[in-house]
Amino acid sequence: MPPLVPNRHRGKLIVVEGIDGSGKSTQLSLLSQWLQSKCIAVAFSEWNSSPLVRETTKRGKKKNMFTPVTFSLIHATDFADRLERYIVPLVKAGAVVCADRYAYTAFARDVVRGVSRRWVRNLYRFAIRPNLAFYFRVPLEVAIGRILGGRNAIKYYEAGMDMGLSRNVEESFRIFQARILDEYEAMIQEVGFHVIDATGSIEEQQQQMRDIVMQELGDSLRNGVLRATRGDLDAAQAAARIL
Amino acid sequence: MLLKPPLEFYSESLAGVAREDLQGKLIVIEGPDSVGRSTQVARLRTWLEHQGHAVLDTGLARGALAGKGISQAKEGNTLGPITMTLFYATDFADRLENEIVPALRAGFVVLTDRYIFSLMARAIARGEDRAWIERVASFALVPHAIYYLRAEVRDLVSRVVLGRGVFDHWESGMDMRFGADMHDSFVKYQARVILALDRMAKRYNFVVIDATKTPDQIFRELQRSIGKLF
Repeated sequence: MPPLVPNRHRGKLIVVEGIDGSGKSTQLSLLSQWLQSKCIAVAFSEWNSSPLVRETTKRGKKKNMFTPVTFSLIHATDFADRLERYIVPLVKAGAVVCADRYAYTAFARDVVRGVSRRWVRNLYRFAIRPNLAFYFRVPLEVAIGRILGGRNAIKYYEAGMDMGLSRNVEESFRIFQARILDEYEAMIQEVGFHVIDATGSIEEQQQQMRDIVMQELGDSLRNGVLRATRGDLDAAQAAARIL
Repeated sequence: MLLKPPLEFYSESLAGVAREDLQGKLIVIEGPDSVGRSTQVARLRTWLEHQGHAVLDTGLARGALAGKGISQAKEGNTLGPITMTLFYATDFADRLENEIVPALRAGFVVLTDRYIFSLMARAIARGEDRAWIERVASFALVPHAIYYLRAEVRDLVSRVVLGRGVFDHWESGMDMRFGADMHDSFVKYQARVILALDRMAKRYNFVVIDATKTPDQIFRELQRSIGKLF
């Protein structure tokens, strides 16, 4: 299968992947703050967040209308919207775009739902290839402990309840996440993940991430990506407040 | 020339669909915008029902899941070409799984105003990769017959002007600005759509029908051919 589109632009794309409860969002947030502190122009993109598609996704989830194929396609639509309107223009402009989940989430999750590996990899072929992709590896039980400790209820699709794995939400969630974990593990070589041991302390993981970022992208971060002066940042923040 | 049952998938099988259960007929009317497809679909439906067939007619962006979202997205000014292609593909998959397949199971004649081919032609006309969109759409069922109503761009232009009297933003491909104004963009965009459909004709076994004939002539041609499917 042909890989994603190489990023030939000035900006960079950094993505984090891992099952729910792996701590990837926390780490990405820390990384982006660090980059910002170096006066680098940083932008954020989250999975499943396009306003254009939101109503359709909501309707489908509320009425349990999704099949494996439509579930996969609506998420690809959401992704395409963010890519076309947000990620690509910003990367072209020289920003470092930090994405919390990327096409690999679909490679893992949609395959577990029942579409073929080949089909979903082709589906996302229009995506630009990240400059760095971190995978937060965590044992299932640790992740589940974090999820159940922190949030109130696991949602229907999040638990993979549409797949009829178990009538018990927690049990369904467990089976579903275990299968997603297997898919992630199986694609490490294929997609070139940098694997982070997500059982380590938050500080250790962050240090590891920063080391890899400097090692792989240090030159472009020093000289290439869009950088702001202190004055630019203040002005931009002031403008954002007015908006 | 026409494919016989059982129906097949182009390459990806849909989960939970047993081909031998699909007893109905799947008939596709394809062609560019304003070529006269919907007129023919309406007449065919009446005719088939008179013959005693139960008919489901369906068409692009009419699905319960994504139909509304697509029309809302088209009202705004931010819908990108790949996003649009995938939104339509979502709608198509929803209708295939939740309308078309159940109707075929129940022995209906499914008459569809466009299928994956328009979706693919529009994507290709917008510069998207042909192999990519063909593989995306490869979960579709191979229809029993695909009728391609073919006309030249100049025929479409006169139908738009004499009919609705105004060019449509999306039918003119204005999202891509193929030309300086709606007319110029329409001409360029529709020529690309027609070219893309022409290139699919052989590969997908289209029955090509000259859409410059009168509606009555076209209808009789369709009747003769569809009659052979039963």
